[in-house]
Amino acid sequence: MMAPAWHSALMIATIVFTATAGDVLTASAMRKIGDLDLIRAERGLVGTIYAVTGSIRFLLGVVCMALSFFSLLFAVSNANVSLIAPASASLTFVSNAVAAKFFLHENVDRRRWLAAAFVCCGVGLMAR
Amino acid sequence: MTFRRYLVLGAVMLTASLGDTFLGKGMKDFGPVSVHHLGRLLYAVANPWVIAGILLLLGFFASYLTALSWADLTFVLPSTALGYVVVALLSRFWLHEQISPSRWIGILLIVMGVGFVTLGPSYTDHAPAKVPPLPEAEEVGKR
Repeated sequence: MMAPAWHSALMIATIVFTATAGDVLTASAMRKIGDLDLIRAERGLVGTIYAVTGSIRFLLGVVCMALSFFSLLFAVSNANVSLIAPASASLTFVSNAVAAKFFLHENVDRRRWLAAAFVCCGVGLMAR
Repeated sequence: MTFRRYLVLGAVMLTASLGDTFLGKGMKDFGPVSVHHLGRLLYAVANPWVIAGILLLLGFFASYLTALSWADLTFVLPSTALGYVVVALLSRFWLHEQISPSRWIGILLIVMGVGFVTLGPSYTDHAPAKVPPLPEAEEVGKR
């Protein structure tokens, strides 16, 4: 039996929220840690892995990414995959742009809004 | 943006799309897994396609983190969306699958989106701007 519309919307919202939280937390951790190429040149591969995995923000990001993955699995087992997969993938591009502007203070100019919108529509069309 | 950094973005794009494809192929070969027998998933790791998929996805995560350490999230995500196009083109020309007109339009939109974002700056500099001292203040200091 297929899930009702509000149930599907709630599942899509959960996937988008957890995926965006994961991406923003990971990006924030990487910004704080610094250029990994420079860190690897200075401390080697083990030192780089230590620097990344020692960040609480990075670990929280990974937890959110895992939650997003499991909510996607739960959603596709309860609702139509042709709705859940493209809707969550494309909406995540837009929610990431909004979250990056407000939480990471990235310079999301007109060019980046357009890119997010084009990619969002493109992913939606490709997964049909 | 240096050539090496474009290579890292290319690695993010290719490892993600190929890793997903390999994992999908391996799991199809392995067959469906019941919720009551999740332990059977451990045997899936013996499948060469699944092993290759996992290695590629590990490579994806490493290159994705590297890219995020010197580029904005709103730059990395659209730039690497070209992976969707790579998978579609592989399925068309390698697996000889049909691509509907709406998917071709989707490919065109993604390519345009990637073009927009990669022509702009990759990183927002958050360092405080260095304001030169006012000439009046310097003169006051000398007196």
